[in-house]
Amino acid sequence: MLQETAFTKMKAENEPISGAELMLEALKKEQVEVIFGYPGGAVLPIYDKLYDSKILHILPRHEQGGIHAAEGYSRVTGKPGVVIATSGPGATNIITGLADAMMDSLPLVVFTGQVATGVIGTDAFQEADILGITTPITKYNYQVRSIEDIPRIVKEAFYVATSGRPGPVLIDIPKDIAAGTANVPEEQEIVLPGYQPTVQPNYLQIRKLTEAVSRAKKPVILAGAGILFSEGYEELKQYAEQQSLPVVHTLLGLGGFPAEHPLFAGLAGMHGCYTANMALYECDLLINIGARFDDRLTGNLQHFAPNATVAHIDIDPAEIGKNVQTHIPVVADAKEALKQLISQEGKPPVHQEWLDTLNAWKKEYPYFYKEDDRLKPQKVMEMLYEKTKGEAIVVTDVGQHQMWAAQYYKFSKANRWVTSGGLGTMGFGLPASIGAQLASPESIVLSISGDGGFQMCTQELAVIREQNLPIKIIILNNSSLGMVRQWQEIFYESRFSHSKFSSQPDFVKLADAFGIKGYLIEDEAQAETIFNEVLTNNEPVLLDIRIDPDENVYPMIAPGKGHHEMVGVKP
Amino acid sequence: MKRIITLTVMNRPGVLNRITNLFSKRNYNIESISVGYSEQEGMSRITCVVHVDNDGVLEQITKQLNKQIDVIKVMDITEQSIVARELALIKVVSNSSTRNEIYSLIQPFRASVIDVSKDSLVIQLTGESDKVEAFIELIKPYGIKELARTGTTAFLRGTQKPSQAIKPYSIV
Ligand SMILES: Cc1ncc(C[n+]2csc(CCOP(=O)(O)OP(=O)(O)O)c2C)c(N)n1
Ligand SMILES: [Mg+2]
Repeated sequence: MLQETAFTKMKAENEPISGAELMLEALKKEQVEVIFGYPGGAVLPIYDKLYDSKILHILPRHEQGGIHAAEGYSRVTGKPGVVIATSGPGATNIITGLADAMMDSLPLVVFTGQVATGVIGTDAFQEADILGITTPITKYNYQVRSIEDIPRIVKEAFYVATSGRPGPVLIDIPKDIAAGTANVPEEQEIVLPGYQPTVQPNYLQIRKLTEAVSRAKKPVILAGAGILFSEGYEELKQYAEQQSLPVVHTLLGLGGFPAEHPLFAGLAGMHGCYTANMALYECDLLINIGARFDDRLTGNLQHFAPNATVAHIDIDPAEIGKNVQTHIPVVADAKEALKQLISQEGKPPVHQEWLDTLNAWKKEYPYFYKEDDRLKPQKVMEMLYEKTKGEAIVVTDVGQHQMWAAQYYKFSKANRWVTSGGLGTMGFGLPASIGAQLASPESIVLSISGDGGFQMCTQELAVIREQNLPIKIIILNNSSLGMVRQWQEIFYESRFSHSKFSSQPDFVKLADAFGIKGYLIEDEAQAETIFNEVLTNNEPVLLDIRIDPDENVYPMIAPGKGHHEMVGVKP
Repeated sequence: MKRIITLTVMNRPGVLNRITNLFSKRNYNIESISVGYSEQEGMSRITCVVHVDNDGVLEQITKQLNKQIDVIKVMDITEQSIVARELALIKVVSNSSTRNEIYSLIQPFRASVIDVSKDSLVIQLTGESDKVEAFIELIKPYGIKELARTGTTAFLRGTQKPSQAIKPYSIV
């Protein structure tokens, strides 16, 4: 495994080595394939060493784009995304991405430049207290104080970012530390006595849960992104089949369980389907695996799963009991817990009636939309699903289009769904699709944005062209901040305060300016022809799809309401 | 309710910031926090006094603290046999006519006078927070010019009553 790196060579010769070189050697050791970085004064020593490095470096056109791309890469590969930003403004430009990754538990290792050690604290040029700023939005952060510490810190950072509940780790490197040299330190070990994630479940709790399952008349599994992080999808399927347990997904969990599986009861939450939400409402045993009972999922907690015994499997003990009172807590890696559950071979299930009820609901309350002469976004999503045979990687931005994508694109496999859930970050989609396509060059990547959010990181079109990434950029254009408009329509008497665009760029011309072919699509026939032409070719493309601007996302659980109070469940 | 939580933490830069940050991020109500080196090299001891509405919040606080990578150990010792102490320095107005009266108050509290000037006294008092508070109330009418309190620091007594084994928060 250990190939002879420049590091080991230099070590043998015992020559002084610079902080920047130590950092890049440490990245090589972690088998980093790609860095999303943007240079500047404080990171020039690092960039000088990158000049000779073989690691692929992607230059976003804004640091925010860089970190979202790293998130997309991480979501698809499961590996940590690596980011470099310079001190001050470079570092503050990645704040949104850090908060986003923290919320959605994405592993990132982020390097920021810092002013030289001697002037820290003097408001030096491009100084920002990035440790202070990022402490609440990183899993952990470091400032390197001595060159010799670099190998240990980088090693720790990758370990912390990827183990337990994953998350972003930031390493702040003062310029003199990156530029200075030292004799190569001995191989250093990780020193983290306060960090020991529990991976194996407690046997007694597994027994308890197994017994609860055998007694349950209306059990349901709520599967979150923990299934994806632990790579427990096979085990989830096996366990659900063994015990005939219906599965509902959180927004971020989509793909963890095959959407076409007879036991799949759908997406739950604010815009989830009737069956999934009612399954949560009516169940007598709720088995949460790797989800955090986010408020967009639970609705009003007073009405959440009112009759259920709640079991919660989570690698982060702090999530258990945080929002929902839990009767069977299981602190563990989702995959390990599932393996244990499977090996219990609990009694055969006795809840056929419940499965019949769910199936009847599925038939009676599917997602629906009215068809008329205007192009419906739901129709577009159905077409995209069919044309890509359900095998695309779907990356979204935030808004109505995100919900339609979640509702209508049926994921048969894991790690094909990239979306900003916890933070709900507009501007995430386009750059994240860059990371996703780099992570999986053979896949069709659909980058679905609204006309609003697309304009938040538009500049990254340059990277798509530069890197020849065949991303299919789809703008569901409703000339408005659709989701805001929808809430204003429903909750603010249609007082559309600043949610409708009176002027929009010509997106096709805009694409053209970046050297990307663009098409305007105004009806279904055009969509049909153009989708056939561009979805599977090897070129980036931008599709400006004019959808019905009045369309709303349904079903919906209004804020403060419970799952049983969904509206828009039937035509 | 008031709880006393002690933490053993790695002595890494920014660790106190991480703890106070967590309290503000999670909207926890903290009364005092005191920090200093512990008996182990590289480790510090933090004592927090917090106010919580219910056991759920308390459980969250301990779990969130435990989740911090620099935190080695978290204990809620409120229900244990503990020694808890706080130090207060009080500069109180005093002249020749009130000085004797103040001295007579000091004695039962085992406080001491550590500085005297023409028109003031500085009193040093150690004890549990209740005692400190009671003394401050008593001395207030004389006119407090300055007051500084360290906040509670505490740990377990050498012997514990058997029924009071430490309440475990781990559900592992
Ligand atoms: C950075 C950011 N700012 C504001 C919001 C609030 N917000 C949520 S959805 C939305 C509208 C998005 O409009 P668009 O991108 O056109 O998507 P649509 O809802 O129309 O599909 C807004 C403003 C947000 N989520 N993120
Ligand atoms: Mg829009």
